Amino acid sequence: MAKVTFRISRFNPDTDSAPRYQDYPFELEPGITLLNCLNRIRAEQDPSLAYRMSCGSAICGSCAMRVHGHALLACKTQASQLVKNGVIRIDPLGNMKVIRDLVVDLEPFWASLRKVKPWLMPDALDNPEKERQQTQAQFHLIDDVTTCILCAACYSDCNVLEVDPQFYGPATLAKGHRFIFDSRDARKDDRLEAVSELHGVWDCTHCGECSTRCPTETKPLARIEETREAAIRAGVTNNNGARHALGFRETVGKSGRLNENYLPARSVGFFNIPALIGLMPVGIRMFMRGKNPPLIHHSIDKVAEVRRVFSKFEEYRK
Amino acid sequence: MFSHDIIIVGSGLAGLRAAMEVAGHYDVAVLTKVYPSRSHSGAAQGGVAAALSNVDGDTPEAHIYDTVKGADYLGDQDAIEIMCNDAPRTIIEMEHFGCAFSRTQENRIAQRAFGGHSFQRACFSADRTGHALLHTLFEQTMKRSGKLQIYSEWYVTRLIVRDGVCRGVVAMDIKTGRTEVFHGRAVLFGTGGYGRAYQITSNAYANTGDGITAAYRAGLPLMDMEFVQFHPTGLYQHGILLSEAARGEGGYLLNGNNERFMGKYAPTKMELGPRDIVSRSAQTEINEGRGAGPKKDYVLLDLRHLGRDKILERLPQIYHLAKDFLGVDALDEPVPITPTAHYSMGGIPTDNDCQALADEKGGKVTGFFAAGECACVSVHGANRLGTNSLLEAMVFGRRAGKKLAEVTSSLPLSPVSEKEELAAARREVDLILHNKATEDLATIRNELREAMTNKVGVYRNAGDMEAAHEKIKELQDRFTRVKVTGGAKFNTNLVEALELSHTLEYSELIVAGAQARQESRGAHARDDFPKRDDQNWMKHTMAFRRPEGGFELRYKPVRVTRFQPEERKY
Repeated sequence: MAKVTFRISRFNPDTDSAPRYQDYPFELEPGITLLNCLNRIRAEQDPSLAYRMSCGSAICGSCAMRVHGHALLACKTQASQLVKNGVIRIDPLGNMKVIRDLVVDLEPFWASLRKVKPWLMPDALDNPEKERQQTQAQFHLIDDVTTCILCAACYSDCNVLEVDPQFYGPATLAKGHRFIFDSRDARKDDRLEAVSELHGVWDCTHCGECSTRCPTETKPLARIEETREAAIRAGVTNNNGARHALGFRETVGKSGRLNENYLPARSVGFFNIPALIGLMPVGIRMFMRGKNPPLIHHSIDKVAEVRRVFSKFEEYRK
Repeated sequence: MFSHDIIIVGSGLAGLRAAMEVAGHYDVAVLTKVYPSRSHSGAAQGGVAAALSNVDGDTPEAHIYDTVKGADYLGDQDAIEIMCNDAPRTIIEMEHFGCAFSRTQENRIAQRAFGGHSFQRACFSADRTGHALLHTLFEQTMKRSGKLQIYSEWYVTRLIVRDGVCRGVVAMDIKTGRTEVFHGRAVLFGTGGYGRAYQITSNAYANTGDGITAAYRAGLPLMDMEFVQFHPTGLYQHGILLSEAARGEGGYLLNGNNERFMGKYAPTKMELGPRDIVSRSAQTEINEGRGAGPKKDYVLLDLRHLGRDKILERLPQIYHLAKDFLGVDALDEPVPITPTAHYSMGGIPTDNDCQALADEKGGKVTGFFAAGECACVSVHGANRLGTNSLLEAMVFGRRAGKKLAEVTSSLPLSPVSEKEELAAARREVDLILHNKATEDLATIRNELREAMTNKVGVYRNAGDMEAAHEKIKELQDRFTRVKVTGGAKFNTNLVEALELSHTLEYSELIVAGAQARQESRGAHARDDFPKRDDQNWMKHTMAFRRPEGGFELRYKPVRVTRFQPEERKY
């Protein structure tokens, strides 16, 4: 048995002005999960330690917390894997307000879910007395995404949410995907329009934290990418995000490099005068500091090869 | 004080399904001590039964017979008929609500074999069927979010019943610690089971029988409490559920000598016998020295011959649980398992429309309903068949909702003394917070759970149960001196003390019912009375709380419609 220290963030709203760390010495037995360690600490050392838990078998999503700064599900994680220099440091989930110790206020998380109207909107002509057909392949499109347990680990560690609390967040966008890709849903296009707007799929920066922290097969980043692609295929392109992606492809496909003068205007729309004016201060600051791209955009030398890659890809896509 | 027409306690399949029926017609509140998507319905894995006959020639008739036989003839057959006949409609309805079911090659809802069922009857979503169904209903409640109010992390501690009329509940907001009366015309409990009385259990930490205890303390009887189902395939040492679907898909059970031991106990059905029989078989192998491992204290679930694709496609959750919790790769080696306390057949007695019974003669409690695992209709009798619990929760949740929709407008809003009710709730908390504080909560809880697992488990006998009963009495006494830390906001220590007080109260009824029942039937197996005794025990146990302390057991006959008891062979 290894001696380790649990360094746990404590916060009692009645007495503390800010969270503080408290150390608990612990004899780590082989095979013990993090949640069972916490349960032992509470039973043997400190019954006042507060955290959420319920099923203990990785399906209810209650016991998500941060260890060494990263979100995970305590019940399914072997504690021995978490020891760093003899310490396991535990904090509450990020991007949400702490209520007590490891318990956070989840309300913003639940509220975000409702943004994507997370319920099936079937065709009104479906016969309610008969099951609808779905192929195994169609089921597989929503197989992974329906493993989401709403534990909020992704919400906690999302870098976009840290700067934009309005961002839908990974779990919510995955929930949106779940209906966009369900063959029985009749509102795919409306849904694609909705998640393509500001704070939706195009605001994700691909950092990948959500998928790395996800304890299930949901892997929100992959679902966000699939949603973006579906949006473009469906012609839902009248938004900054899609225009940015398409403009990116256009300029690289044409000249082999990014046209940084063209892309911002392409993204907001060439006739969107207020947005274009809004971009000007950034342009001016770049110019003052000598960071502006060349005014005349040139192709790279071997542009033909890039174009060949693009046309091959187009063939493959068809 | 909060006031709503209908107060639903519990947000699992039963509670949410009922809420959908009444949302928009009445002012509806749903109270849950967790969050809806975290209710324990979501932990069900293998499937939900319905005679859709998508893969074979199944019929509701066959489902009824299998359920009656599986229940070891203690189920009420009229209720079983209702459930099985309504099953296909229920599944199709859930499909229309958006539940993602696994599919057959012909694009229909896939169905697999399950223990005690004579056809491939279990509809499923990989091995996370409860999760898929629960999230579907959660989605449907979000769709109706303007029409019903959900109070998450509100812990209901008291049911208010005066003069045979239910008037609401008392609940504590876990986040703030404040206690409030919820005043209503009707109350529905869908509060789940009581498996946390056991050390080795597949149940959530939350499954501490709060609802049934609140009903019992309000003067209602509890029925068939001695019938606790042990699931044969709990993950060794953890008790975590490994779905019966593992055997439905063809998995083997092996003892320490690598023998498929079920051949001895259920030669026709083998691993797909009903849970009571398979659990006893596994326990017998362990007790008689044929277990596996260095201590010979477990048996093995072998999936290897199913192959990688089938395991990862049909049983992914099981694969990950074995890997994450025991470090066992089910593709390469068999998984250590033991029986684990899994399902509570007993609970709040109700009629077929979910209205709670006040006595053994059929008297009812006005305005109080129960559905799902906390209720005892009884469709599971002495032993539930796998996949019938999700079905029960949805069928009877909907029936409860329909009944509530019909009667609530005619129920008066009976007066409640907020002051009295809050004072009573406060007294309960004060007894816990202000006492000699010399006893350790975790120790009491541990001793209780160990006594229940070791002495009131798969096999029972008079001596063991007497010892367990003594132990519970001792622990109840020690609990009056339990030490609990203070603090109002998110005081989980206080919550677990209240939970333990409930567990200590109903555990005594499990033992008492089991002591009195001098026979073996379904999940209740006695070494000292190994035979079923239809002459004397074709009856339900009803435990009544005496106001002066203690309890009294009375009995109620089983309703038999078509199937007379016969010997159970598999």
